[in-house]
Amino acid sequence: MMLEVKDIRKSFGKTEILKGIDFEMDQGEVLSIIGSSGSGKTTLLRCLNFLETPDAGRIAVNGETLFDGERPESAGAGELRRKRLHFGLVFQNFNLFPQYTALENVTLANLLLAKQQPDYKQNRRAITERIVAEAHELLRQMGLSDRESNYPHQLSGGQCQRVAIARALALKPDILCFDEPTSALDPELTGEVLRVIRGLAEQHMTMIIVTHEMAFARDVSSRVIFMDNGLVCEQGTPDQIFGHPREERTRQFLLPFIQR
Amino acid sequence: MTAEQWSIVFNALNIGFVQTLRLFFATLIGAIPLGLLIMFGRRSRFRPLSWLVQGLTWIIRGSPLMIQLLIIYYGPGLAFDWHPWGGGEAGRFSAAAAAFIINYAFYFAEIYRGGIASIPQGQEEAGLVLGMTRTQIFFRVKLLQMVKAIVPPMSNEVITLVKDTSLSRIIALQEVIWAGQKFLKGSNGIAANILPLLCTAVYYLVFNGLLTLLLGRLEKRLSYFK
Repeated sequence: MMLEVKDIRKSFGKTEILKGIDFEMDQGEVLSIIGSSGSGKTTLLRCLNFLETPDAGRIAVNGETLFDGERPESAGAGELRRKRLHFGLVFQNFNLFPQYTALENVTLANLLLAKQQPDYKQNRRAITERIVAEAHELLRQMGLSDRESNYPHQLSGGQCQRVAIARALALKPDILCFDEPTSALDPELTGEVLRVIRGLAEQHMTMIIVTHEMAFARDVSSRVIFMDNGLVCEQGTPDQIFGHPREERTRQFLLPFIQR
Repeated sequence: MTAEQWSIVFNALNIGFVQTLRLFFATLIGAIPLGLLIMFGRRSRFRPLSWLVQGLTWIIRGSPLMIQLLIIYYGPGLAFDWHPWGGGEAGRFSAAAAAFIINYAFYFAEIYRGGIASIPQGQEEAGLVLGMTRTQIFFRVKLLQMVKAIVPPMSNEVITLVKDTSLSRIIALQEVIWAGQKFLKGSNGIAANILPLLCTAVYYLVFNGLLTLLLGRLEKRLSYFK
């Protein structure tokens, strides 16, 4: 089991957003999380990436417990940073760094992390070259080789999102998370981003995708979770969820999509 | 006035303006970093520190700089018989620089705070999920965006500062207006004349013109990203 999520709970003030989420994931799985706005999908992703601290529950990756609500975090910021790197996160609004070129956006975090390596001083040049070469390759995979030296404001939304995906991949996360990666894009640009994600699925990248693109979720996922009101309402293969939903709430949510 | 008298006048004004410039640059060099510290204090999660800074901000921004100059120059001596500034023009300069640095640092801190607040939360979050430390995020991601956001309001403050330096004549700092004012009552064998004092405005205009060009260039330099 690559990822185990057990009974994750999170409240903001008196509002309980996550009421006990359980799920598991194997290596190479693509998990889509669907559900109406406010059902807790984004909060769940943010908990996995430690942008929010869950109130209770357990998160383990490859058998290593990253978070345990029973033993509230005594780990320092450095420990938290290391844990975070198991996950990558692609945001709805890209959140690229505007003052850096596409290439620099992809290399920045790696160059900073490399400074912590004990052999950094001796091998500075080789390490830098390797990081830059990897970034070239990632941007090539994203179809952005000719855009490397552009700044984010010179790129379309779809191009920005592909840079953001390359930036997340550069850190070689075990699990790459997407938070509605196409919601800020107009329909014409949605396709190019979905194509890239599909390409990653074919390479067996383990991914969790929060999305409102139902056709895409059905097509690309190995498993689908339908969340409702802070709980996992139903989960199963795309065929089960989209073809034969068991829960009334799932049917209701998917109705406009199925009728199409 | 004769040409020779004008030469005396401009000589005096030049010397005064050098003092104006010294105060101007000393204030910038001191207030720009001090403002950053004050901003961190204001944004601190340790509430009492934030409250203290808010209180001081109210006092510093809410009271006249002229009075602050007097308090800083004469206050220690009057209250504690303590004379930190030393005598003469050097002492007056130190006191004036201290007052200006403190005053402007609090204004700068508020501008910085606005600049930081204008950066979307997503920038910090993107840095965090990429395993960056908060220090790295501040210096590598936020600082330049903040600088870009604050250049226009800072330009305003900097230009105001050039003219505000003249307030220091309340403690008899011999800056350019002080130098021009001498001639109002007649000085150096020249009969009372208002023209030298009016001429000081030209110094301010020329210097502010240069600053405007320089700050405009900085703004343009930072326009490579949005």
